[in-house]
Amino acid sequence: MSVDVKSLQRASGFSLKEWIFTTDHKRVAVLYMIGSFAAFFVAGIMAMLMRTELASVGPTITSNPGTYNVWLYFHGAAMIVAYQIPALTGYFANYYVPLMIGAKDVAFPRLNALSVWLFWMGIVLALLTFVIPNPPDLMWTGYPPYSTSLVSGNTAFYTFTVLLIGFSSIAGGVNFLTTIARMRAPGITWGKLNLFIWCIMGSFIVQMIFVPVLGTAVTMLTLDKYLGTNFFNAAKGGTALIYENLFWFYSHPAVYVILLPAMGLLYEITATFTKNRPFNYKGTIYAGILGTVALSGEVWVHHLFVSGLPDWIVILQSFSTLLISAPVGILMIGLVGTLWKGSVEFKTPMLYAIGFMFVFLIGGLTGIPNAMSAIYIQIHGTQWIVGHFHYVMAISITFAIIGGTYYLWPKMTGKMYSETLGKLGFFLFFIAVNLTFAPWLYLGYKGMPRRYYDYSQFPEFEPLQRFITFSAYLIFVAALIVLISWIHSLIKGEKAPQNPWGSRSLEWTHAPTPPPPGNFPEPVKISDEWDPYGYNSKK
Amino acid sequence: MKKRLLPLVLSAGLYPSPVLAEITPPHRGWEELWKELMIDIGVIGLVFAAVTIYLLVRYRRKRPQEVGSAPKLSPIAALGWVLIPMFVFMADDIFMGLKNWDLWDIYRDVPEEAYTVDIETFMWGYTVRYPEGITTRNELRVPVGRPVYVRLTSRDVIHTFFAPAFRVKWDALPGKVQGLWFYPEKTGEYVFTCTEYCGLLHSKMFGKILVMEEDRFSQWISDKMAQRGIPAEKVEKANLTQGGRT
Repeated sequence: MSVDVKSLQRASGFSLKEWIFTTDHKRVAVLYMIGSFAAFFVAGIMAMLMRTELASVGPTITSNPGTYNVWLYFHGAAMIVAYQIPALTGYFANYYVPLMIGAKDVAFPRLNALSVWLFWMGIVLALLTFVIPNPPDLMWTGYPPYSTSLVSGNTAFYTFTVLLIGFSSIAGGVNFLTTIARMRAPGITWGKLNLFIWCIMGSFIVQMIFVPVLGTAVTMLTLDKYLGTNFFNAAKGGTALIYENLFWFYSHPAVYVILLPAMGLLYEITATFTKNRPFNYKGTIYAGILGTVALSGEVWVHHLFVSGLPDWIVILQSFSTLLISAPVGILMIGLVGTLWKGSVEFKTPMLYAIGFMFVFLIGGLTGIPNAMSAIYIQIHGTQWIVGHFHYVMAISITFAIIGGTYYLWPKMTGKMYSETLGKLGFFLFFIAVNLTFAPWLYLGYKGMPRRYYDYSQFPEFEPLQRFITFSAYLIFVAALIVLISWIHSLIKGEKAPQNPWGSRSLEWTHAPTPPPPGNFPEPVKISDEWDPYGYNSKK
Repeated sequence: MKKRLLPLVLSAGLYPSPVLAEITPPHRGWEELWKELMIDIGVIGLVFAAVTIYLLVRYRRKRPQEVGSAPKLSPIAALGWVLIPMFVFMADDIFMGLKNWDLWDIYRDVPEEAYTVDIETFMWGYTVRYPEGITTRNELRVPVGRPVYVRLTSRDVIHTFFAPAFRVKWDALPGKVQGLWFYPEKTGEYVFTCTEYCGLLHSKMFGKILVMEEDRFSQWISDKMAQRGIPAEKVEKANLTQGGRT
């Protein structure tokens, strides 16, 4: 295979102007990666501050609850809209999609550049939270009438951050759905696509349907607060319930926007490190991925079981929310089943995939009580919910993102990382997250509410709260080890071969490491027998 | 678990509606269903985890150049691996969903004989109005052994009334009156607190429930009424027996 040396050299040389005006999907991916990891880091610092505050009853490091509330607002909002969604649908989607389908770039490269810079504007706006005099203080949910009152800080900041990142997502959706539909190399049929591609498709379909609803909801907030409309004002005939419904109509499907690409990454990692085909490829696509997409719009009411909605919709959505376990169960069977008759190699990315199988199991099962309206009465708004979604989203998805980054690392940087550092980081991570999040489930069951600066009404929880704080510090150390392993690799890493994992997927077999602009030295041609997971086929 | 599912499948359509012979306190129903649910998800979790660990050990790489040997599933096998797990998950879901429906009815059907209080929430506290015309702040006194119906509304933003010991919680919305009921079986002091973010002092928005002996409670009520100068006969008896849902 001939390699275009000139373009390789051009890819390795650094020029700020080239990065700012880039339309190359891989550079756009790196820009997304830097932005989303920066958000992860800052929001992680906020988590450490909050945990320190909660280590004892009464003021610990700040005596101003308002300060704590802004940390909490930033932590929640940034982790979801500035870290997880952009990392998966920005960073990984950009890097992998064109490479996996044998395309030179995405369908609309300039729209792609617009997407990433809209996202960065959102990040900058979010970071300004810490310097403006009246920062937004309304949690990531932004419920009125609190958020439309005079005491909730700058609600417009929240609205515009959400809108910028929302526009970025919609542009991304248009781009990726078109790319996948129109730019596949000849011979790559729908039945031969990598599962990651299917997952990205599912994820963007959900984004395209539901993001406009969120955009509408937060725009109505701003109109109510600044322009005197009364959508959510009970005194003038409006109701906050409208907002709660609109918000969760997007924000519950948003977890599938995040889950699907994460599952996609894990299918790729698991298939590569077991040298095996994913278990029940077609079943996973039609029942798992598309089933999740189809049901994702019928689950939002479980967030509002105690808000005062009619009984009929509560019962109806109790059932439909429970039923989401069917497609998600199929997704998990596809992942765990891939181990069957495989040849499991315990490299760092695979360890993260295995870690996911366990933390996601806990996260998924602790979600079942949340779907049952009567059971939910006790656990709504408590640390149980926080424990549940830190298992199912925060940590499961972070395992997918970190594992996915280790997996992609040699391709992206052209360097190998240290397995020792990688594994050390993983084991510490795995232990620390369980020590942190499992006690939350217990505290919530006992009645400890979430979003509390202090808990003087529950002094009996102090020892466990302190234990959680120290476990949370361990998570921070684990994250630092991960970061160190990446920096270590950039400085001292050995040169990576084109296909260090022996994968059968196009990005490893056909693209040089690191891939030059245009990705493939010559147009991708595949044989009829080609299969991204054909490890045990004759050829 | 399979044993429990079988009668469900056989009796589909004949599922009996709950008959409340006597009052089931919501918290008892909750604890019972919670226990069953923990066993249910515990069993599923252990099966999944055990299978995962078995596969990881059984199929670990033994030779460097080894590749996996899983065959492509035949269309029938692929369909089976979708339909059978889905059937199992959905059967369990529906089984749990029906039990939940029964419990939900208990939570939502306020007993006729409930003692009714009105609570107005505000930033950051609770004003409790008793049917006898007296009020307390951040303190709810109730007689033991009698259902209590709490009607909630809010003066400003969304708040919540959450009493963990009684497993009850409901939102208080401005411009709306809605409620919950609970059944104090033992005298004592219990916490209620807010769980919907409401600003600066959200975590300081809490109060206590004092469950008292019937006679001590009546004594407290009449003392309070005398203090406020409310003549006892002016309090309509009807107030004491208010029930029904809002």
